[in-house]
Amino acid sequence: MIEKALKGGKGYRAWLLFLLAVAAAGFLSYLHQWSHGLSITGLSRSVSWGLYIANFTFFVGVAASAVTVVLPYYLHSVKEFGKITILGEFLAVPAVIMSLLFIIVDLGRPDRAFNLILYPSPQSLLFWDMIALNGYLLLNLFIGWSTLDAEVKDEKPLPWVRFLILLSLPWAVSIHTVTAFIYQGLVARPLWHTPLWAPRFLASAFASGPALLILMSLLIRRITRFDPGCGAIQKVATIATYALLVNIFLLLVELFTTLYGGVPGDVVHLRYLFLGIDGHHALVPWIWLSMVLMGGSAGALLSTRLRRREGVLALICAAIIVGVWIDKGLGLVVPGFIPSPLGEITEYGPTLPEVLITTGIWAFGVLIITLLYRIAIYVKLQEAE
Amino acid sequence: MTRREFLQLLALSGFGLVAPAGMLKGEGTGKKTPKKWAMVVDIFKCAKKEGCTECIEACHRIHNVPNIPDAGRQITWIWTSPFDALFPEQPAYVEALRGRQIMALCNHCENPPCVAVCPTKATFKRDDGIVMMDYHRCIGCRYCMAACPYGARSFNWQDPRPFIHAIDKGYPTRTKGVVEKCNFCDERLARGLVPACVDACKGTCLAFGDLNDEQSAVRRLLGSRPAMQRKPELGTRPKVFYLLA
Repeated sequence: MIEKALKGGKGYRAWLLFLLAVAAAGFLSYLHQWSHGLSITGLSRSVSWGLYIANFTFFVGVAASAVTVVLPYYLHSVKEFGKITILGEFLAVPAVIMSLLFIIVDLGRPDRAFNLILYPSPQSLLFWDMIALNGYLLLNLFIGWSTLDAEVKDEKPLPWVRFLILLSLPWAVSIHTVTAFIYQGLVARPLWHTPLWAPRFLASAFASGPALLILMSLLIRRITRFDPGCGAIQKVATIATYALLVNIFLLLVELFTTLYGGVPGDVVHLRYLFLGIDGHHALVPWIWLSMVLMGGSAGALLSTRLRRREGVLALICAAIIVGVWIDKGLGLVVPGFIPSPLGEITEYGPTLPEVLITTGIWAFGVLIITLLYRIAIYVKLQEAE
Repeated sequence: MTRREFLQLLALSGFGLVAPAGMLKGEGTGKKTPKKWAMVVDIFKCAKKEGCTECIEACHRIHNVPNIPDAGRQITWIWTSPFDALFPEQPAYVEALRGRQIMALCNHCENPPCVAVCPTKATFKRDDGIVMMDYHRCIGCRYCMAACPYGARSFNWQDPRPFIHAIDKGYPTRTKGVVEKCNFCDERLARGLVPACVDACKGTCLAFGDLNDEQSAVRRLLGSRPAMQRKPELGTRPKVFYLLA
């Protein structure tokens, strides 16, 4: 099956080369970071996590969102999802790989990463995140591959694959819950120390992941003969709509609790994020853009007329992805650190090397998804004939 | 009663007397109570010494702490902050201290959040209460920096050696990519000395000792004068105390 991924026309090869070039630029930038240390980033003593961890958080969510198509199809026999499920499972694989890569590039001593296994620390959420993410990666790789393999050979999938599929459902929820727990367990950061992040993470993941899946499906329908189905796309859009509404609702709940209560230590982080403090307002335009994108998308999705027009739907999905990326990435990680525990404000902005490494990882993820989708679509088209 | 029964009774009574006596003495076989190192800072005296950095200089010199020019990337084992920044939730009823610079360092908490989150146990709490760093095990994930409520930890964003004024061969330097912080001078404590900061302050503002020793300087100070800790409501149980009066 793998050989199918490497054969293709000029356009396909040019696309792969482009992705490799961007990934290579990121890799070179990473070599620069390896030799000079993380001083090449915009991080500081106060804001010690930034673009890398923001991306890690977002892509764990995308990985978890596979459950939104797998659960209806395998547990509730929603036959319409028959063609889109493999796309969802194969979206989870590069999403997890990207999350793991973002953690690795963020480490000060990645050459010591094996210490995570040599000295297991069950009291640390990063330990559990490592287990959850790697387990989920293996699960999805195996499930996707064996179901495709079964279709190629025109057989039924092995019986215990169904058990693994059912296992992947709570596992998907757990990877994002563990990621939220990394933040919400910290008493030192009032913005993070609230129980709402786990449900909010899941809600925003179930909005942005499906949005990405819809964009992929629309694109695939354009450039290949494979059609996941209008019905499936519309159903996935419905899931994204409700998830986005829940995310917005939880955000409003968070705003009310913090602002009405008015505890200065809690309010100050939101004030920095939404209004700026003392002339420091680097994040203000970003968070308001995110609010407009998420609110606008939610409103547009509620209109069936707009949702059914696929050009508009594509724009809405792009808006959701960008809006959630800002909200969950920059809007969570950076303001948690500003002001610092000593009340100081040190702003954060990523540097060019940091951005190059980030886009390099994105390109690598898109490369993997291109290869996986090409295999999956080939198998599905063969099966249809 | 037979002679055998009498001898058995005698033996049992002997045990019955010796055992409780052993328990009364403590842990019987010479096991001492572990130390619980703590520091007491006299805020008023420290605040009066405007511009004083003797404790910082002594500590940073003997521990090869680099002098990084970029203010946002400094490595500080000890630093000074304004009173209101160290105790933000306090009503700052002590008007005399508002805005005054006070020294601060790692609190070596009894319930340290940094130790809880470390995924490799590179930072750990010793039996004597010191929260230690293993520079060889740290993977530089900086989770401990996120977890510390006191801003006590610093990261080596680059190789520190070019920024060390004069390397002290008595203590290791670190590499880029690891976190570091105050270690209560465990290497000096092992030689029976007080921490360098306490020594440099020449007995004015800082006291150091074993909280489990009733005769220690810290116990006597805490027993006679009101003191506070930074952010006690978080449950970290810090072991650096600041005298209020």
